[in-house]
Amino acid sequence: MTWYDSLLQQLVDGLVLGAFYALVALGYTMVFGVIKLLNFAHGDLYMTGAFAGFGGLSLVSGVLGAGWLGIFVAMLLAMLAVGCLGVVIERVAYHPMLGAPRLSILITALAVSLVLQNAALSLTGGQYTAFRTDLGFGGLNLGNLFLSYNQIVLVATAGVLMIALELFVSRTAYGRAMRAVAIDKEMCRMLGINVSAVIAVTFFIGSGLAAAAGTMAGAYYGSIWYFMGFLIGLKAFTAAVIGGIGSITGAMLGGLILGLLESFGTHIPFIGSEWKDVFTFSILILVLVLKPTGLLGKSEVERM
Amino acid sequence: MVKDARPPTVAETATERPGRVRLRLREIEAFYGQIQALRGISLDVHEGEIVTVLGSNGAGKSTTLKTISGLVRARQGEVELEGESITRLAAHEIARRGVVHVPEGRRILRGLTVQENLELGAFTVKDPALRRQRLEDVYARFPILHERRHQDGSLLSGGQQQMLAMGRALMHGPSVMLLDEPSMGLAPKLVTEIMRIVKQLNEAGTTILLVEQNARLALRLADYAYVIENGEIRLHGAAATLREDASIIKAYLGLGEES
Repeated sequence: MTWYDSLLQQLVDGLVLGAFYALVALGYTMVFGVIKLLNFAHGDLYMTGAFAGFGGLSLVSGVLGAGWLGIFVAMLLAMLAVGCLGVVIERVAYHPMLGAPRLSILITALAVSLVLQNAALSLTGGQYTAFRTDLGFGGLNLGNLFLSYNQIVLVATAGVLMIALELFVSRTAYGRAMRAVAIDKEMCRMLGINVSAVIAVTFFIGSGLAAAAGTMAGAYYGSIWYFMGFLIGLKAFTAAVIGGIGSITGAMLGGLILGLLESFGTHIPFIGSEWKDVFTFSILILVLVLKPTGLLGKSEVERM
Repeated sequence: MVKDARPPTVAETATERPGRVRLRLREIEAFYGQIQALRGISLDVHEGEIVTVLGSNGAGKSTTLKTISGLVRARQGEVELEGESITRLAAHEIARRGVVHVPEGRRILRGLTVQENLELGAFTVKDPALRRQRLEDVYARFPILHERRHQDGSLLSGGQQQMLAMGRALMHGPSVMLLDEPSMGLAPKLVTEIMRIVKQLNEAGTTILLVEQNARLALRLADYAYVIENGEIRLHGAAATLREDASIIKAYLGLGEES
């Protein structure tokens, strides 16, 4: 393999990783947008989504098989279930805290994270669960570049979900209302917008996207466990900040960049792959030094 | 000022007010924490009128509007729209009944285009044909908004933002429009322009409750006026009567502000 082929291969790996990060980062950024909360339980919704997808697949695999069709249906079920869970969490844990100081609701989010993790821990006994699928190992050989079908389907699915979200937010009345709620809730109420409902829908969509990522990650990597949401939660949060927290396009971009950096970081000449996180985060810090609001973030302008 | 030396109220019976009562406040009391902002405000807005609420800074004018639109909860008293109580409805439900609040400072949604701001005004309008029709009407009334429809609404000038805020309210098809200080921060020429628009909106059938610091201007425009002080109505009457009574203007509305 030439250096050029290896670069392309890392690009593909980075895209797959970036797709996961982007899907999870979207939930972070959307929730931050509407209620200015860093939802630290979001990574655990990804984990819950993986288990819900696993459960969904065992339900439907008898009829649909455990190939991409079955996984796809399981993913939709997981999105629905975890989306509803997200709404319940918002209603029960966050909504009563909206008037409280910002720090209190942040601590609530940490508590929700622990509740989800420990629930999964006690249900699984802390063991890895094998996410069995019938996905093949086939793929496309493009010269020296190998693209597995799984990677293609995964990136395409993530792409479709993100395009759908982007269209929803930019083109529909409800999407406009969501952006408006992020800016000025009181004005939205004066226009007849049910702000609580918009917040609930935002949680539903954000949690659903995390569940989609969780299910696909389970199917792709083959095993799931209760702690799988922790690191990706942190990384997706980083991705959201890099892209500019509150910005939906920024979260997609941030996720992609983070995935690519990690992928390239594993293959830097003369430096071992154990340094990849150092490499990644050094670049991220550099981005924030140069552009503190993130790549697409706008600085908060105080209303006159 | 001497307390309890209540000035003579212009007799309500002296003026026949046309039309049915659209909006009625009965003995509204409202608080910010421990501080009482409104002490028994009662007022009527009849169909087709421009009613103005005058008073100095902190008298309770804006709070009165916020209590009507549900942003501030009344502790006592009732707000009635077309004879039906809306006192305990959520703010978005009050808006859905056609009470549209155009707040102080316009509150244009930044990052959204002029057109998106307008379309949000019609969020509760389910009929797409009606939404389109209203958008056309607003653009016909404010051609500058059509010209700038793809720009970020918060980047418009103050006068244009006020037009956008009123246009957004018109998209809603308001039963009553609550206008809070539309002239605030505008150059004198623009103030005249905005007031002319308010008059036109009214002539086109919009019932308006107008809060203004600029009393002379508001009295020229309004049909009926209430003067509020320390959260209480001190005086009310036909705007024409109040306008002519120099002592009233002197005592309550100050002579300092020229317009």
